Amino acid sequence: MKDTKSLAIQIAFLLIPVAISLAVAAILVTAVGRDPLEVVDALWKGAFKDSRKVGGVVNFWIPLTLVSIGLVVTFRAGLWNIGVEGQMMMGALFASWGAQTLLWDAGMSPLLNLALIALSALGGMFWAFIVGALKIRLGVNEIFGGVALNALVNVISIYMISGPWQPRIGGSAQGTEPFPVPALLPEFSKTFPVNIFMILLVFAAFVIVMIMLNGTRWGLNLKAVGKNMRSALLLGVATERTSMSAFLVCGALAGIAGSYRVLFTFDNLRPLASGGIGFLGLLVVLLLSIRLLWVPLITFAFAAILTGSTRLQIAPSLKLDSSLAGVLQGMLVLFVILFQGVREVFFPQLTVDAEDIEMNENRPNE
Amino acid sequence: MNEELLNTLGSIIGTATPLVIASLGETITERAGVVNLSLDGSLTLAAVLGFAAAWTAQEAGVLDVPMQIALGIVVAMLVGALIATLIGFSSIKLRRDQVAVGFVLTLLAADLARFLGADFTRIPGPQITRWTLPVLSDLPILGPIFFQQNVLVYFSYILMLVIWFWLFRTKGGLALRAIGERPEAAYARGAKVQWLRYWYTFLGGALVGLAGVAYSLNVKPGWSSPPAMQGDGWIALAIVIFGGWHPFRVVLGAWLFAALRAVSSNIQTNGLFIFGQEINFPFVLLNTLPWLLMILTLLIVSGGFTERLLQYMPRAVQHRMRAFLRSDPPKALGTRFEME
Repeated sequence: MKDTKSLAIQIAFLLIPVAISLAVAAILVTAVGRDPLEVVDALWKGAFKDSRKVGGVVNFWIPLTLVSIGLVVTFRAGLWNIGVEGQMMMGALFASWGAQTLLWDAGMSPLLNLALIALSALGGMFWAFIVGALKIRLGVNEIFGGVALNALVNVISIYMISGPWQPRIGGSAQGTEPFPVPALLPEFSKTFPVNIFMILLVFAAFVIVMIMLNGTRWGLNLKAVGKNMRSALLLGVATERTSMSAFLVCGALAGIAGSYRVLFTFDNLRPLASGGIGFLGLLVVLLLSIRLLWVPLITFAFAAILTGSTRLQIAPSLKLDSSLAGVLQGMLVLFVILFQGVREVFFPQLTVDAEDIEMNENRPNE
Repeated sequence: MNEELLNTLGSIIGTATPLVIASLGETITERAGVVNLSLDGSLTLAAVLGFAAAWTAQEAGVLDVPMQIALGIVVAMLVGALIATLIGFSSIKLRRDQVAVGFVLTLLAADLARFLGADFTRIPGPQITRWTLPVLSDLPILGPIFFQQNVLVYFSYILMLVIWFWLFRTKGGLALRAIGERPEAAYARGAKVQWLRYWYTFLGGALVGLAGVAYSLNVKPGWSSPPAMQGDGWIALAIVIFGGWHPFRVVLGAWLFAALRAVSSNIQTNGLFIFGQEINFPFVLLNTLPWLLMILTLLIVSGGFTERLLQYMPRAVQHRMRAFLRSDPPKALGTRFEME
């Protein structure tokens, strides 16, 4: 079936959208009077100049990969978990509560870290459970439930930061005091500031979810529910429980991702600590048409763009808004999706058998 | 009625206008069977580009103020229409999922707005000013609330009536409802389903663009980051559901949200007094109210919860209450239609 010619066209359909996104980004950069090549240079240096920068990329990669793995699970079940951003935030809130309450001494630090990570998973699951219950039992579309819960947890965190958890001196809405050292996740080294345990945790989550999705009854049930809720129900799948389990798994991973932000990246709780990583995870999974295998790679590329973009503002000759990273990522995903359509409609013989992002049973507003 | 209350009500109607226009635009798009999920991003991008166009014309000094405003409005409407048309195209022609494309465009448009708006942050520009209607504004009570506003507000009243009339009193409106409910039947009766879907998506998107520029030229003048209208796109989408895809109920929903927001922001600035006693309470938490209301209204109209509630009511009123509370989407909403 796959002769060289069709393979070439396959590759072309991957490269064309990437090329178009880069071209449009270059036009935008030129339009605001900057040199695109300089932007590429800044992005590259911002992400890979030295081991500290690479550490910065890894520090975005960890939470981004965690949420993306979780989102593969919810998408499999045909669920749009836009609430993932808020689930991260709730995880961060739970971890922050623990970090300020469980004052264990330094010798207990690894145990405390584990306890806080577990706590954050609970927090994420709690927020995911509400979205799930609203969707499954009460018929509130998960997109709107998720958006509302995202906003709610942001208000709650601002309240906590400016109220009960405000710093003793100079209280403001900027953030809590830094958490006690034993609660924080340790750095591998000053020159490569990442947390090794979390990296291992990401890979563990990746492998476990991969096995669960492809080798267990649960994975099959998820797929059945995602493809066609009604026939899954008729086939005897406990659809409500399956959908809820997808939400809970995603919530737990998102919560842990949130804990990394406050226990490592920032060392304290700040407003919007989740930093749009949950939404970025949605983009990653949409880009990959819900295929888990390539998640860690694409999240690395996205994390590199994100880290590199911080340099756009600092570089004296550029002074560009870092939102360019989001523009580039958004366009990549948009054009990849559109070109999947072009291929399917105009070159139907080349269509590979991928997870179709299509949820007939889960339309919005239903 | 005291003057202060009338002023407050009037300002609620004024600040609700972008929500009203955006929700009405989305209503006709969804009536045609297409979901434009990109509202939150579309509003933002339309706001900043509309403002940028009007401001640039002002700086160049080539146009007088009304024409600067008009230019801003046209640009914003084109932006909104373009994004919506892209969703229509990806769904109708390329068979992509509307929700996926809409969501990507939400994020993309918001980031694009921040990127392109960086140079326009916190600078004064042209603004749409009040235009008190003669005669009508002198009406007792109604005058100060509804007719001492700006031209966009008056436009939103007319829009509501026109959409209602079109939907329920014309042949074209019948076709519009048909392509969102049962496109096959509409097609069999000669409706150009795809073409009409494109048209109403375009039109709805243009209205969303207008709503966006209504922020940056009037309700929240200028541009800043994070944008002042962030989140309103999602609220508008929820209002459409709450409004049951009916223009009157949609407008009522938008006014309700604006009223709630006005009350909560008033309490946050002035404090809360009940019988002369100042009530102390972390007022930040009042910002949760619009979102709690969003969940609550969706709960009420989306079935499960309401059905359970109805079971406790006398049988005689059940049917009426159900018809009043529930709102069911156009049946073909979000689905594709193939000609074959």
